[in-house]
Amino acid sequence: MSLQERLPLSGRVEEIGNRPVFMTDYLGGAGYEAARIAVTGMDPNEVIAKVKEANLRGRGGAGFPTGVKWGFVPDVEGVKYLVCNGDEMEPGTFKDRYLIEYNPHLLVEGMIIAAFAIQAQKAYVFLRGEYHVPRRRLARAIEEASAKGFLGERIFGSDFSLDLRIHSSGGRYICGEETALLNALEGKRGQPRTRPPFPPASGAWGRPTIVNNVETLCNVPSIIRLGVDWYRNLGLTSDSGTKIYGVSGKVNNPGLWELPMGTPIRELVEEHAGGMRNGHKLRGILPGGASTDFLVEEHFDLSMDYETIQAAGSRMGTGTMILMDDSICPVDLSRNLQHFFAQESCGFCTPCREGLPWVEGVLADIEEGRGQEGDLDVLALNAEYIGDPGNTFCLHATGAIEPLQSALKYFREDFESHIRTGKCSYRTEAS
Amino acid sequence: MAKFFIDGVEYEAKAGENLLQAALSQHLDLPYFCWHPSLGSVGACRQCAVVEYRDENDKKGRLSMACLTGVREGLRVSIANSRAADFRKTVIEWLMQNHPHDCPVCEEGGECHLQDMTVMTGHSVRRYRQAKRTWQNQDLGPFIGHEMNRCITCYRCVRFYADYAGGTDLGAFGSRGRMYFGRVSEGTLENEFSGNLVEVCPTGVFTDKPFAKQYTRKWDLQSSPSVCTGCSVGCNTFAAERYGQLRRVHNRYHADLNGYFICDRGRFGMHFVNSDKRIRMGGVGVGDGTFEARGTERVLETASALVRSDQALIGIGSPRASVESNVALKWLVGSENFCPGLADADAAATHELIASIASDACCIPTIAEIERADAVLVLGEDIADTAPRAALALRQAVRGVSFAMAQEAGIPHWQDAGVRGHAQDHRHPLFIACAGTSRLEDVAEATEAMHPEDAATFALDLAEVIAGKREAFEPGTFAARVSAVLADSKAPLVVSGTSQGNASLVRAARDLAVSLKIAGKQSMLLVAAREANSVGACMVGGSLSMSEALARMADGCSVVVLENDLYRRADAGRVNAALRASSVIVMDVLETPTADGASVALPAASFAESTGTYVNYECRAQRFYQTFQPEGEILPSWAWISRLASERGSDPGWDSIEQLTRQCAEQGFAGIEQAGPGSDYRFAGISRIARQTHRYSGRTAMYADETVHEPKSRIDSETAFAYSMEGANSGRQASATIPYVWSPGWNSNQSLFKFQQEISGPWMQGDPGVRLDPSWYLRHEAHPSDAESLAAEGEFRSVPIFPLFGSEEQSARSWPIVRRMPAPFAVLHPQDAARLGLVEGGGVAVLAVGRSCEVRLDAGMPPGVVGIAAGLPGKDVQPHCRTDLSPDPEFVRKMDGEPGVIARG
Repeated sequence: MSLQERLPLSGRVEEIGNRPVFMTDYLGGAGYEAARIAVTGMDPNEVIAKVKEANLRGRGGAGFPTGVKWGFVPDVEGVKYLVCNGDEMEPGTFKDRYLIEYNPHLLVEGMIIAAFAIQAQKAYVFLRGEYHVPRRRLARAIEEASAKGFLGERIFGSDFSLDLRIHSSGGRYICGEETALLNALEGKRGQPRTRPPFPPASGAWGRPTIVNNVETLCNVPSIIRLGVDWYRNLGLTSDSGTKIYGVSGKVNNPGLWELPMGTPIRELVEEHAGGMRNGHKLRGILPGGASTDFLVEEHFDLSMDYETIQAAGSRMGTGTMILMDDSICPVDLSRNLQHFFAQESCGFCTPCREGLPWVEGVLADIEEGRGQEGDLDVLALNAEYIGDPGNTFCLHATGAIEPLQSALKYFREDFESHIRTGKCSYRTEAS
Repeated sequence: MAKFFIDGVEYEAKAGENLLQAALSQHLDLPYFCWHPSLGSVGACRQCAVVEYRDENDKKGRLSMACLTGVREGLRVSIANSRAADFRKTVIEWLMQNHPHDCPVCEEGGECHLQDMTVMTGHSVRRYRQAKRTWQNQDLGPFIGHEMNRCITCYRCVRFYADYAGGTDLGAFGSRGRMYFGRVSEGTLENEFSGNLVEVCPTGVFTDKPFAKQYTRKWDLQSSPSVCTGCSVGCNTFAAERYGQLRRVHNRYHADLNGYFICDRGRFGMHFVNSDKRIRMGGVGVGDGTFEARGTERVLETASALVRSDQALIGIGSPRASVESNVALKWLVGSENFCPGLADADAAATHELIASIASDACCIPTIAEIERADAVLVLGEDIADTAPRAALALRQAVRGVSFAMAQEAGIPHWQDAGVRGHAQDHRHPLFIACAGTSRLEDVAEATEAMHPEDAATFALDLAEVIAGKREAFEPGTFAARVSAVLADSKAPLVVSGTSQGNASLVRAARDLAVSLKIAGKQSMLLVAAREANSVGACMVGGSLSMSEALARMADGCSVVVLENDLYRRADAGRVNAALRASSVIVMDVLETPTADGASVALPAASFAESTGTYVNYECRAQRFYQTFQPEGEILPSWAWISRLASERGSDPGWDSIEQLTRQCAEQGFAGIEQAGPGSDYRFAGISRIARQTHRYSGRTAMYADETVHEPKSRIDSETAFAYSMEGANSGRQASATIPYVWSPGWNSNQSLFKFQQEISGPWMQGDPGVRLDPSWYLRHEAHPSDAESLAAEGEFRSVPIFPLFGSEEQSARSWPIVRRMPAPFAVLHPQDAARLGLVEGGGVAVLAVGRSCEVRLDAGMPPGVVGIAAGLPGKDVQPHCRTDLSPDPEFVRKMDGEPGVIARG
């Protein structure tokens, strides 16, 4: 197996010595072959069928089957849109940034194929506002691809044309939610929309629209080029392909690695991240970014794939985990997280807009020694009513509550002792 | 229809309707904030949570937002379920975290939807102990107060103001727990429907500023059902009084007319009732054109002498007086001596409007029906200025296509954001062929600058093209687009009006509507009349035109002028001559230049101090009932006429408004008595209707500085209402007699749903008012002839422009409106202006008017046409046909909002 066949997302980057892959290098590694095959030799429905068969699941966090999503686009006249969600603002997550910075043509090629599959004439990359380097590199890739005739009118001499543009976000976490993203793209307030209508039926500017994550789209070219069987065999468990996993926290070697889907947590922490630093003991992990439930000791041997992590009561999310060791106060960490989520609420629905600041305030009181009896009940009440999907307008607050409710479950004693003693035992005299 | 279950009880609703609306239609108590019957559902507040069960075996269920849940056959939900109730209570707890505890001093207190919902959900103990957020408020102009600290972020304000009414200067700013609703920077809210924010806001963020200036508790108001005097639409209102002053007017729902919204002229134009320019006591003109109060008994002698004398007596009625007062005056002077009081041109155009109503060949739409049009052509009338509520309906009409698109995409019609997002800028076509840019332009498909005379020709050409009597227009032109769209439409609407005093324009609009109907369409014709009772006054008839009446006066006679300022009906020279040569008895509400020149002026009751009937643009007779008994010597005009009759020794045959209304029914107003019940009406046969709420306070204390005795409630012999809190108001009484809405637990205006048969349906006993058949008038009364063109000469054709604020006589005397009134102006196409060396804001001498005014530039004016501000207070308001213009370097620009001086002499 060549490096690219083992690591379809990052193999080419490694092959040329961990430099950004631009056009010459990309073409040297069979670049744009998949796009040419799809656009000149396949029916759009064939492409969709192949992606379905490959069981590619959305890498943005929800894990929805990509081919199925593409199949929702109605066969109607007029403009359709493909939008790449590059608004990577999940705390602890930086995988899309890596992909765009180092392999921007892979994303462009994936978008050509995806746009062809849904017959979209216009495509946008909605990019996190702070991603300046990725924006420059992606812009260069788009320019190079346009110059080669891979983008624009009549791609590869076919009837298919695609206009691909970059939109830099004004900068809100909620704009990573696909319908808020579409509102922001349209120049409206970045707040989510009600469903129905779902974007495939009525998305950007009221037209059929598919929104896919960067990593998801980057998986597409190799599925077309190397086939469904190859792709399905990459995964260690029932989920297909590879995944870019990441580890941050007090480990010896924090970072990102493309690994087979289903790599066990312990292997990620011990082998790839080099184990805990300075003898710190790992207490809990947020497996897929800040908006997922804590996993603890008993879960560390589980495989990181959608089904397994879901069964353990959390979500794989973005697959980039944040580790909490024994030097970190779970109350303080919760406060920090809730501060983030309260800040990033769009302000549309009541539970999220008003509930999260209340939660943050109570956590701050507890952490600062002002906790009172009944505070945990207030937290539990908020966790219950904010957290249930459907109680809020979108899933922002639901995600926000996941680390809180699991912290209250796994680290309850920490919360109670703060209130009981009126101080945080993790704080040293000096701090 | 679908059968569904709430708490085990079976109900029925239209399948697909949202559950919140369905539950409220059953008059169930289910708290909500962000939903509004006219604005649909967006799911922002999460207050209307219910438990939804999968099926009858599901005992647990899950929380669902009723406003976003479609009713389907077999749907099972619970409102009472403790989890749902607890969630709703928690939502209130969240909303109240930052809400100030200023209810005791809040303008909204006692009429606050948030208060009601807080009590209803049972939230009472505060657990939130962090600091509250605070805001700096904005000065939003003379109409609307702003107190952002009270905001609960329901988004209703921007959804009404921007999405529904097309306003561009109110937005939602910020995010997270710091959402701000206001303007980019401090300043007057410009949209003419801003006053509805007061009613749309569920708490005290947006409040009625003039009301708050002299604040009273809402439950201390004495109210009656009334009808707006601002224009010919006849929006239904509640008028409310305290301490002998009219304190506020707000929306009285009418399913076919105003629905849930009225315009700012209607809401804030009523303060003239409390004006210090009121005629409160009889007086006389003292020769130099000024008016002097003398006491009624003294002047009545003079008046009696005049009506008793051998000198001929004529009467001039008024389009702003009730049908009853007009009919009374016509009886007093005789039909051959009566002029209904409209300007000649206005009478001719209004007559055409009435002829259209009588014709079976076209349909005159209600405001609600306007919203169902699928193509609109506006001809020669800026409806946004002359009938704003109709213009608001046009905004909704063009949205019609979005509901069709949504239905195709499977988006429920009530899912507001989804419908709007899906349809984007797709609209039903609206074309505007007017002089000057209309505020409706943002939703128009195309506009063409046209003088009203040209618009009339255009309409006739269109009618011929549609009838196939003429070749199609040249492709690509405005005319070709309009004719193609009309030919394609199912329910086209032709809009025009009488403000231009152009009878041929109204006829042409009618011809077009008729040709569309013949072409097989459900065509509609909306013609706005000038004033609240223009149609009614015109239907009273009488032999004299305004010119003839003025000529009779100039020859020397006695004249009774009913609530009319003649300077608004004819040019000042003729009116001056007429007033000088005749003996004039004026009965009016406010001092006017005409009253200043009168021999006798009698204090007339305003709409709020009297009972009567107006007839609106669609010939709907609507009853307004006396809100309060005025102090002093003020009487309704018809009562003064009775006094004059008895002085003359003749018996009018009526001694109450009710008897007078019955007489009107016999004189061309058949059915008018059905506009509202009379004095003998009792709810359930026994109960009067209470003008005062049952919590009305201080009856024994409010006049304690004058007397410690509890004054006896005045007995109302004129109406079925009581000046008291004793009486009925359950909504089950005749719907014309509902003085305010209130229901247990629902103290705010949201209690309306308890009075409706269903959400947005009629009142319990049907909607009030009765559409009259004007054919008696057309058969029996003289038809006014088209006004002759004034023989003025000049380079420019002129067209009167009627600014929304200031061009209606009485509201122009209301202090909040005065602050929004423009100084006189002339509007020109920029090219014309450049040629003449005129600049925006500079001065221009309008030679035919004989004075200078401010220049405004508008590319929506046809070249060679000048728009001249009309209807503003003053004496030179008659439109001229032609004029020359020249720069006036000496001109000093007046500030807008300070012209409220009536020219004298």
